[in-house]
This record gives sequence, structure tokens and C-alpha cells, in this order.
Amino acid sequence: MNNIQKLVLIGNGMAGIRTLEHLLKLAPGSYEITVFGAEPHPNYNRIMLSSVLAGGAGLQDIVINDWSWYEDNNIRLYTNDPVTAIDTEKQQVTSRSGVCISYDLLLLATGSKAFILPLPGADKDGVIGFRDIRDCETMMETAKTHKKAAVIGGGLLGLEAARGLLNLGMDVTVIHINGYIMDRQLDEAASLMLRRELEEQGMTFLVNKRTAAITGRRRVEGLKFADGSELEADLIVMAVGIKPDIELAVSAGIPVNRGIIVNDHMETNIPGIYAVGECAEHRGITYGLVAPLYEQGGVLAQRLAGMETPGYSGSVTSTRLKVSGVDVFSAGDYKDEPGTRSLRYQDDIGSVYKKIVIKEEKLIGAVLFGDTSDGAMLFSLIKSGESVVGREKELLLGFNPGQPEASGSMMLEQMPDDEIVCGCNGVSKGDIGEAVAAGCRSVGEIKACTKASASCGGCKPLVEGLLQLYAGAEAGETMKEGICSCTTLDREAIIDGIREMGLKSVKEVMNVLGWNEPEGCTKCRPALNYYLGMLWPLDYEDEKESRFTNERYHANIQKDGTYSVVPRIYGGVTSPADLKKIAAVAEKYNVPLVKFTGGQRLDLLGVKKEDLPGIWAELDMPSGYAYGKTLRTVKTCVGNTFCRFGTQDAMGMGIRLEKAFERLNAPSKVKLAVSGCPRNCAEATIKDLGVVAIDGGWGIYVGGNGGIKVRAAELLCTVRTEDEVMEWTGAYLQYYREQANWNERTAHWLERVGVESIKQALSDAETRKQLVTRIEETLSTTTDPWHEIIHNEELRKNFVQLPELKPVME
Amino acid sequence: METNTTTNRIRIANLNEIDRRGARTVRIHDTEIAVFRLSDGSVHALENRCPHKGGRLSEGMICGSAIHCPLHDWKVDLSTGRVQEPDTGCVTAYPTEIDGESGAVYIVI
Repeated sequence: MNNIQKLVLIGNGMAGIRTLEHLLKLAPGSYEITVFGAEPHPNYNRIMLSSVLAGGAGLQDIVINDWSWYEDNNIRLYTNDPVTAIDTEKQQVTSRSGVCISYDLLLLATGSKAFILPLPGADKDGVIGFRDIRDCETMMETAKTHKKAAVIGGGLLGLEAARGLLNLGMDVTVIHINGYIMDRQLDEAASLMLRRELEEQGMTFLVNKRTAAITGRRRVEGLKFADGSELEADLIVMAVGIKPDIELAVSAGIPVNRGIIVNDHMETNIPGIYAVGECAEHRGITYGLVAPLYEQGGVLAQRLAGMETPGYSGSVTSTRLKVSGVDVFSAGDYKDEPGTRSLRYQDDIGSVYKKIVIKEEKLIGAVLFGDTSDGAMLFSLIKSGESVVGREKELLLGFNPGQPEASGSMMLEQMPDDEIVCGCNGVSKGDIGEAVAAGCRSVGEIKACTKASASCGGCKPLVEGLLQLYAGAEAGETMKEGICSCTTLDREAIIDGIREMGLKSVKEVMNVLGWNEPEGCTKCRPALNYYLGMLWPLDYEDEKESRFTNERYHANIQKDGTYSVVPRIYGGVTSPADLKKIAAVAEKYNVPLVKFTGGQRLDLLGVKKEDLPGIWAELDMPSGYAYGKTLRTVKTCVGNTFCRFGTQDAMGMGIRLEKAFERLNAPSKVKLAVSGCPRNCAEATIKDLGVVAIDGGWGIYVGGNGGIKVRAAELLCTVRTEDEVMEWTGAYLQYYREQANWNERTAHWLERVGVESIKQALSDAETRKQLVTRIEETLSTTTDPWHEIIHNEELRKNFVQLPELKPVME
Repeated sequence: METNTTTNRIRIANLNEIDRRGARTVRIHDTEIAVFRLSDGSVHALENRCPHKGGRLSEGMICGSAIHCPLHDWKVDLSTGRVQEPDTGCVTAYPTEIDGESGAVYIVI
């Protein structure tokens, strides 16, 4: 192992560490890594600093990688110790404390600094930027003893700082050099609306003001403006912009412009030296937002891992601002230029403003104010560059004016008050009416107040309808709710975020996408865990503590806290030897109940948790996954093996399907069946996917359900061979995995998107091939969980109780 | 909770026997107690019984400083044992102590 190269990272921030995280996954152990950071902290999420000021998060909550992460990955970390010199000849770096280390590869991720205006008095105490934890700490300290704060700069950063200072109890004046705040991200109309909102929150604005000097003795006392007017202030936050931190690169002779110049592979022109993040300049652009920086990090990590990559080609960026209930979003080119046409919707009463800009049939920019729920959708349209002809109004308004709206409000009005809307929690129409009368204005609030739609979620559309009925125009956004109350983002926005920024863990998603609960809830945690595994099948490590009990202990929890065990019985076909084995185990462990399941298997019920590993070991059969959001069972009829009507080998087909797709993680449980003739004795047409033999071929039916709401499956296609059944099934299941919401059964998904759209997607042979490749990739990483637990003491310990102890008198 | 009756301090486990965001159970005087370790390293102990239908809280999902019951998703605060609204009820919570040196976890009964 003498070919391990030394990699030195200068900068312990988001972009650099992000690159390392990727690299450790792609090529573990191939580098000896050292990191230098100027700040005394481990890697933390700079985007969340405003939340720290807002009091929604502590400093601990915004750490992305804590100290143990560096240790676990054998990374040597020097904090509070910036690198002061690079010797590119000797390939060595020296830090402030005198640490001198040689490198084979050097990665510059020095980020950027707040741009401090070169004003007379800018060096006085009480003049700070808003870039790091120390700035936050200074603000918090100052707020205890001083009252008057001024923020220079009415852009994104300035407004976030101003909001934070308001939360700390200071009077805040924002000084902006132009006439409109956030003029880099918003057009005039949206800017004025934003200003009005923020003034209502307590901010004071001085626009068209150029600061000329900072006054005071040692500590700042005020500001002087170019027009001669003055303002008292005992804390000044400079938020006029950031400038890439390139001093070190300049001193080492690495070519710079505004930032450190890099090519598409993030290489500087000195071999072995790379730059990534805010300090890097790519094709003339330096970026200051997280998405492009993460993208750069991903590209560089692949490069360092020796993979071929097309390189980084720049990013279209979007901005989201959320200051205390004001939502602002902008993306692309939103200014009206010659050759562009725009659509606007302005509602000064409800404080909503939307504008989309179209050029040559494509969407090129958007500004949203007050309702940013369409942001992610519009942003992906801007990036894809597809034609939006005929859809413009729909994009702006969310519906097509002139189209009659299908309305179920009549039905809801006529529903009697005592009718149960939510069957899981026994909530009636009247209960929901009362909740709305008591002030609930969103499905989330109704859920928190009555528990309606809190369990299976099947009644959510009804609850939404009733909210509209009772609250009318006062109802909040009902159509666009977050996946749970921890976030306002829907599935699409979350998936886009994970993809674009290459987010790789549940915690990171919550951090970067601004969750309002630091550890989420039982709705979003399992959902994120699933989405991450689906998007990154090869390098995502499943997070078992974000799975439900059943999937953590690989058994179904029963009402009394005992568990049940269902071994795989492929295609429902067993043998005398296996039956004897199951019987012997059931006797030995005194299993209270042995029952045939509806899916042609045997269920051992009432098993104590501590007996599970022993039972599994003695059964020595694979887990039947009767407890998971995964492939459950493949029910079969006898088929042509014995049956006089059978036209095909149903059992063989079923066993082949079950062996191919067992252990597949899916959004929800998936049940299959195979019938050997059109008599359909395996009831394949009420399964998620059912295969029914015909003479000389097979019909594949999808979207059936025999449970909560019976639904007949629809014909997806008819094929001739078993191999084609395998191909279509693989493609269909993967398409479902990639498109459905977590916890959405195939029947609901199919109702939502329509069977035609699925047929169309799968009709293309190339698409099917790619889907099959991806599902095979996912399946290649699975192992039998029972086997794994039996042989792993660390996992097994959680099945037994700690030894009972007698109290000791003290 | 020092009162003038005798309290017992019992060593129940070592910290490394409880996974982060995981739980173990222990029986003391015929009461089953669930011992949870949070992501911030702190340890909390509750009677292992949800006030709703007696679900074993040790089997639930830990989110921040709350445990969600595995049976019907009731949410219980790990430090107070109080059930979050709109549901109601309370679970007995037991004080815990961790010896920073040895990693021993104690429960006070």
C-alpha cells in the first residue's frame, strides 16, 4: 500500500468537505487526507446561520460532519489553523501554527469573505460581515448590550442578517444603494411587495443611500451618507457582497481572476492543484449558492477517484429566500429584455406576485412572491429548455382559465355532519368543520388538531375539499403541502434538491433543504431514506433508525409487542422437508399460533423478540419480508404442471419472479401473482402486478388492489415469453420506484398518473432496458437480513433485554 | 428527583450497549423500562408502555427528543414522558445519569 497519495484540503467548509464525502464513497482508502480550517468548528451548514439567529436552531444543529466523522474516516483535521503558504515547487503547505505538510494533490476550497466596503472607519469595533459562526456570536453578544443595528446591503444576505437582528431584539435599518431591495434577484414589483412585508415586520429601509463613512471612536457610533444625512448605529453588518478568498492562491502564483481560475475538471493550471466552491472561477463565473458548489464537488470527486466524467459545465441558479413567513423565489433571466414576453399575476391584497418570462417558446425565468410552491417545477422547466407553448397560463396560475373545473364540492356539501371522513382515527365531517371554525387553515393544522389524515392518508383529498368548503378563500395552499409538517417541500422539490446538490444523507437533506424539525418525523425520515436509496443505489448506506419497527427488526410487530415470522416460500411451493423444519421450530419455541397467510405462506405468530434470531437460524430460510415496503409474495396457481386447464407453467414463472425481485426496496408493499390460464385462480388481477397466461403468451396486469379499496388491475401489455415477462416486470417496478411517492401503493400511483402515461413510458424498448439495468443495480446490493443479523453481534444485541438488576440501596 | 424517601441508583448498561437513536429495555421490579440514547448523546428512560394501547415504546422511532409509538404513531416527549397533543396521557419517566469516564448508565428509581 505504498501508492496512497497525500491529499491536502485547504478549507473546512461545505464545498471542500462535500468533495471529500463523495471521494470517500467512490474510492475509499485511496488517499491520506489532511484538512486545514481557519475556524475552530467542524464542517457546518453556513446556509443555516440565519436559523441560528432566528433562534430555530442551535449551533450544534447546523453541524454537517461532527468531529467523529473526521476520525471515522482517518482524516487529519487542523482547526483554527489556516494555511498561510503554499510551496508549489516542493509541494508543501505551511499553516499559521507552523504545521508543514507535503502533498501530492492540493485542493483549494477557501470560500469567500464578506466584502467590507473600504470606507473611512470600516476597521472600527462593531463592524462585521455575516459569513460565519463568529459573526453570529458577535451579533448575539452585541444585542445583549446595544440596540441600534444597521445593515449595509439590501440583498439576500443583508435581509437575512436584518431578520436575525430583529429576532435578537435590535432596531434594524437596512441601507441599500439602489432604489429596490434584492434587485439582483427580483423585479421592481416583487421587490416593493417584499419591502412592504418586511417593514410590517419592523425593518426600516433607506434606499438610494450611499454610505460615505463610519463614525465613532474605537467603537462604531453611526454612519454618514453621501447626501450628508446621518444614522446612529452601534453595530454595522456589511452585506454588500462576497469576494472569493484568493489571497493564498495569489501568493502561491496560481492564476486568478475574480476567483481561482479552473477548467471543467476544477483543475487550476498547476498540475495537482484544484479549486472548488466559492473561491473558484469557472468559465468566468464565481458562484455563491450551494447547488452549483455541490455540483462542482461531485465532478471533482469523480475526477480524483479516477473516473471518466464529462466535467462541470456551469449551473443555472435559483434563489429562495425565506424570512419569517415571506417566501421569495427567482430563477433564470427574469428581467424583461427585447425578444422576451412575460406573464404576470399580481395580488396586492393577498400579497402574491408571480411572473414568468418566455423567450422563443421556452421558459427562461421566473419570479415568485408569497407563494413559491411552484418554484421547483418552474426551475426544472427553465433548465430543461422544453417548449411551454400553450401551457403558459397554467404555469403561472396552476390551472388553465376557461377550463371547467371538476368540482366535488356539491358532494361534500351534501355529506351529513356525522359521516366519518377519516376511518383510521374516527374523525367526522362535523369534527373537521369545528376545527376550521377554531382557526385551522391547512390540512396540516387540521391533522394536528383532529388527527384526520394522520394515519393512512387516504382521506387527505376529502379533508382538503372540506377545508375549501369551510374556509373558502381563507384556506392556505391546500394543493401543495410538504410531505409532512417538517417541511413545505413536496416530493418533486425534494427529489430535485437531492439530485441537483447530490445530497447523500437524511441529515444533509434536512439541513440543506431547511427542515424545521432537526430530526424530522416518522413521515419524512423513512421517505427520505427511501428516496436516497432509490437515487443513489450503489453508494447510499441505508439508515435503519429511519425505518419503522417492522423493517428494523425484520418481523411484524403485533399488538402485544410480540412478533411474527414468515419465511420465504417461493411461489407458494414448499416441500415435506421444509414443512417439517417449520413445524419443529414452531414446537421448540412454543410458537402460540401457526397460520396460513393469504399469500400462500406460513406465519409463526406470537414470537418473543429475543427468540427471533434463534428461530431464523434454525429455520435457515430467507426472510419472506412479510413486514416491509418491498416485494411480499408471489401467489401462483398450479398451472400446467398438474392442472388440466393450465396453459403455462405458473409456478415456475412465479418462483422466477420472486427470486429475481425479492428484497427490493419499494415505496410501498408490492404483491404479485401468476395464473396459468384465464380462469385466474391466483386472483392476479387484484395485485400490484399480476401475470395471467393465455394460450401462447402472458397478459401483464398492473395497479390492482384487493385491500382497503378494491381495484381491478389494468392490462399493461401482452407478451410471448417468460423472459419478456421478466423484462416488463422489472421495468414497471423500477418505474414505480422512481416515480411514486413514498408510501403510495401502485394502485394509488396509477390512479394519480393514469395508466396511459405508464404504458407510454414503458412502450419504448430503450427506456425499458435502462429501467431494467437500474433495478438490477439496486438488487445487486441486497443481502438476506435474517442471515445478516444472526451473524452480527452488534445487530443481535438489540433483540435481547439488558440483564435484570436488583436495586442497590444508597 | 431527590425526595426524603430512599432513591435507588442502578447501573443498567454501558453507553456503547445502546445505539445512537436506538433503545434497549430492562426489567426492574416487574416494570419494563425503555432506555433511549439520543443523537446528542443523552440518555432517557421511560416505562415501556404507551398510554394509548400499551405499545412498547422501545420499538418506536426516535425523532429529536421524542419517541413515536410503533403501534399508532403517538408521540411521547422523552424527557417528560408527556404525550403530544391532540393525544393525551403521560408515561412515567425515570431520571438517568451517565458516568462520563466509564460510560456507565444509571437509572434512578
